[in-house]
Amino acid sequence: MTMIRFEDVSVRYEGAAGPTVQGVDLDVPEGELVLLVGPSGVGKSTLLGTVSGLVPHFTGGTLRGRVTVAGRDTRTHKPRELADVVGTVGQDPLAHFVTDTVEDELAYGMESLGIAPDVMRRRVEETLDLLGLAELRDRPITTLSGGQQQRVAIGSVLTPHPRVLVLDEPTSALDPAAAEEVLAVLQRLVHDLGTTVLMAEHRLERVVQYADQVLLLAAPGEPPLLGDPAEVMAVSPVYPPVVGLGRLAGATPLPLTVRDARRRTGALRERLAEVVTAAAHSGAGPDGVTSAQAEPAARVGGLAVLRGRVEALRRVDLTVSPGETVALMGRNGAGKSTLLSTLVGLLPPTSGTVRVGGAAPHRMPPRELIRHVGLVPQEPRDLLYADTVTAECAAADRDADAAPGTCRALVAELVPGIADETHPRDLSEGQRLALALAIVLTARPPLLLLDEPTRGLDYAAKARLVTILRDLAGRGHAIVLATHDVELAAELAHRVVILADGEVVADGPTADVVVSSPSFAPQVTKVLAPQPWLTVTQVREALAALEALEATDE
Amino acid sequence: MADAAADRLVPRRRLAPQAHRSNALHPGAWWLWALGLATAASRTTNPLLIGLLIGVAGYVVAARRTSAPWARSYGAFVKIALVVIGIRLVFAIVLGSPIPGTHLIVTLPEVPLPDWAQGVRIGGRVTAEGVLFALYDGVRLAGLLICVGAANALASPARLLKSLPGALYEVGVAVVVAMTFAPNLIGDVQRLRAARRLRGRPDKGVRGLLQVGLPVLEGALERSVALAAAMDARGFGRTAAVPARVRRTTAVLTLGGLMGVCAGTYGLLTADGSTYGLPVLAVGLGAALGGLWLGGRRSVRTRYRPDRWGARAWLVAGSGAAVAALMIAASSSAAAALHPGVVPLVAPTLPLLPAAAVLIGLLPAFVAPVPPPAEAPVPTRARRDAEEKTS
Repeated sequence: MTMIRFEDVSVRYEGAAGPTVQGVDLDVPEGELVLLVGPSGVGKSTLLGTVSGLVPHFTGGTLRGRVTVAGRDTRTHKPRELADVVGTVGQDPLAHFVTDTVEDELAYGMESLGIAPDVMRRRVEETLDLLGLAELRDRPITTLSGGQQQRVAIGSVLTPHPRVLVLDEPTSALDPAAAEEVLAVLQRLVHDLGTTVLMAEHRLERVVQYADQVLLLAAPGEPPLLGDPAEVMAVSPVYPPVVGLGRLAGATPLPLTVRDARRRTGALRERLAEVVTAAAHSGAGPDGVTSAQAEPAARVGGLAVLRGRVEALRRVDLTVSPGETVALMGRNGAGKSTLLSTLVGLLPPTSGTVRVGGAAPHRMPPRELIRHVGLVPQEPRDLLYADTVTAECAAADRDADAAPGTCRALVAELVPGIADETHPRDLSEGQRLALALAIVLTARPPLLLLDEPTRGLDYAAKARLVTILRDLAGRGHAIVLATHDVELAAELAHRVVILADGEVVADGPTADVVVSSPSFAPQVTKVLAPQPWLTVTQVREALAALEALEATDE
Repeated sequence: MADAAADRLVPRRRLAPQAHRSNALHPGAWWLWALGLATAASRTTNPLLIGLLIGVAGYVVAARRTSAPWARSYGAFVKIALVVIGIRLVFAIVLGSPIPGTHLIVTLPEVPLPDWAQGVRIGGRVTAEGVLFALYDGVRLAGLLICVGAANALASPARLLKSLPGALYEVGVAVVVAMTFAPNLIGDVQRLRAARRLRGRPDKGVRGLLQVGLPVLEGALERSVALAAAMDARGFGRTAAVPARVRRTTAVLTLGGLMGVCAGTYGLLTADGSTYGLPVLAVGLGAALGGLWLGGRRSVRTRYRPDRWGARAWLVAGSGAAVAALMIAASSSAAAALHPGVVPLVAPTLPLLPAAAVLIGLLPAFVAPVPPPAEAPVPTRARRDAEEKTS
């Protein structure tokens, strides 16, 4: 049975040059998990919004064609009249909560729909069990971790028993373990309750194996393609590393899970085994640091930081050398952001020492500070005040006492083609990140810190970011990045430091640390274990080198 | 808090069960209790009695508050109360006091003021009587504030609003959203001021605050829009079809009722209208309540686990009411003891009967359900010790 039907749908916002999405003509059957994929800015969120009726009733714009959900036409039904068939969770779960405790939040939607009290009580209890929230039922929502909040947000739209669940990037802010928690719940809903799930997500390596069908929006305004995940992945411009490996190995159908990939890439593994010893020595991965004898860019010794009553960091020791890239990993709330804030002097150490360029960052005056260390915060928008890119860059030049035009030149180098008069709010996530990065780099700080830089970035933007950061590291910048993205860490970092509960639990070369950890190992490592490969790029280069070698042999 | 810990050991615990969702005390009961204490505080200027009232409120808060965010507001209320006393004293010293006094403490240099400012005085004689009078007055205000603070700390504001009649539900939601808005706004200001440091600009001072103003407001607006979208998508504002007749009756009842309330109040306050005042007020109130009840039929909402008004709620609310009633009774019978004179200067005495009445206000500390140990606020040091033991 068809649950969601799009009939020649196009959406055009006022003032936009062309329609954001067009030519959407497809049926989503009941009880399927459909994954919406595509680069940033192709209208994924808009398409999701048409299902819940928020587009166009809430956002404005013109919708042509017809969207029907469980037989209800969204043109004649407002979002509130679809609330009993569609549950929607947006990108930021915190923006979704109306009440203050978990139990009340789960009941809120049902109260609005006027469901009988005894039914509400029963469903809240069921949902608490289904999502593993029973222990948290009386907790204020603001005290929960990111993964728990995301589960509460899903639970809160689940209690009215919607037949369709619409999720916009449900795992992008979560650490790998919390993401798996959420995805397991979704799979259970689809399998056990027959809920139809429509979900957009950038981190395909986490979700693609759960999808029954994939809906690909390849470019803005292009009609979407709905099909079997493996078939769509074969033509998709965005794909997870495991698919990249499958494409390299020429596997058909393409593997979507690590398990499939291990089975279907046997030939590739054997071939790689020939070069593995040579590759390990020639350093196909990120280069080792050569300038270890130089003065460290940052030195942290016995650091403890108290935030309110919570000891956010305890006995942390860390040294970062120039030219070195360090990835800080660990679950939400492990102290990664606190460590970055301490390094940039936003938080004073409670005990222990922090030295950046030989001085204590929290005592440095701001103008002095930005010459030593720069931080791109989790929300790059926090750094932006002006209303055009040019004004923002001019301010950055003044702040850093740099020659006029320095920042603008950096922006042009990082992301070519941004118009001078663009408002920073209208930039895409990737462009905004690049602008914030350019502003920070204007003062040429030897130590660069990035907090969760790949949140909301598609694979192309991520690849550009990797190139930029590699280049900076090559020029001697020390880089510390806090991230949940294991693929990014594998691609970029020389060293991985894992924090847990405010303490350093692992610190070593990327290959050693991530290979030994099941939750932090990138997909390529899992597929090709026990061979020490981290990224598709490494594998591709090694294969190319091998072919060249064989060609010369003959 | 030490008392709460002791509670767990001594048999006194048997009087009150551990609190959970279904036996939670109705927030209205806490408010009635606190308003009773506040009424009592407003009826006396005796600092000993008010001190006793503050002590009673403080003891109950210490014994029954949780670690919820709103429970932390009690400390803020105490601080505001101290500030109020301070301001009252400063005004009395600087602007003088109407109380004639003979015990001179100090004479401040007086600022000469023009003729049109007659009756206003800056500086001049500061007498012990004037200062004492201001102190009594300030302490009474502080007592009122602390009683309100106690209610705030003990009763969840969101749960209180949930008890509103259906027709007022939207108003309640607006208040709840506004209440979460303020802390978010403060969080934003702090985050953006910190971000200024990352741009190499000073993160302190008024200018820094002004420059983050626009981004903060933008962020707040965006969050509000996101919340509105989420609420809409979750069915907020769904209405039931109501016959036109009922709709019209609702409007007539509400408007007519409110007019009746106005006319009745006017009648009560004017000298010659006391005959019709009370009945008109009563009829108006009845009509307005009827309008509210009928208006509630438009809303399809149901309530999830509403707080029940049980025996414990009666006891808590009743203890507050008893304190207020006994104090009002005492204010006519023992007026002198409740309002110690300042001219001539006399030491206030503690009148025994009113003091005993105030102690009735301690009842909630024994009958209200005890917050579970995990939710009781724990002193930092104790918790750290516990953590070290477990690790």
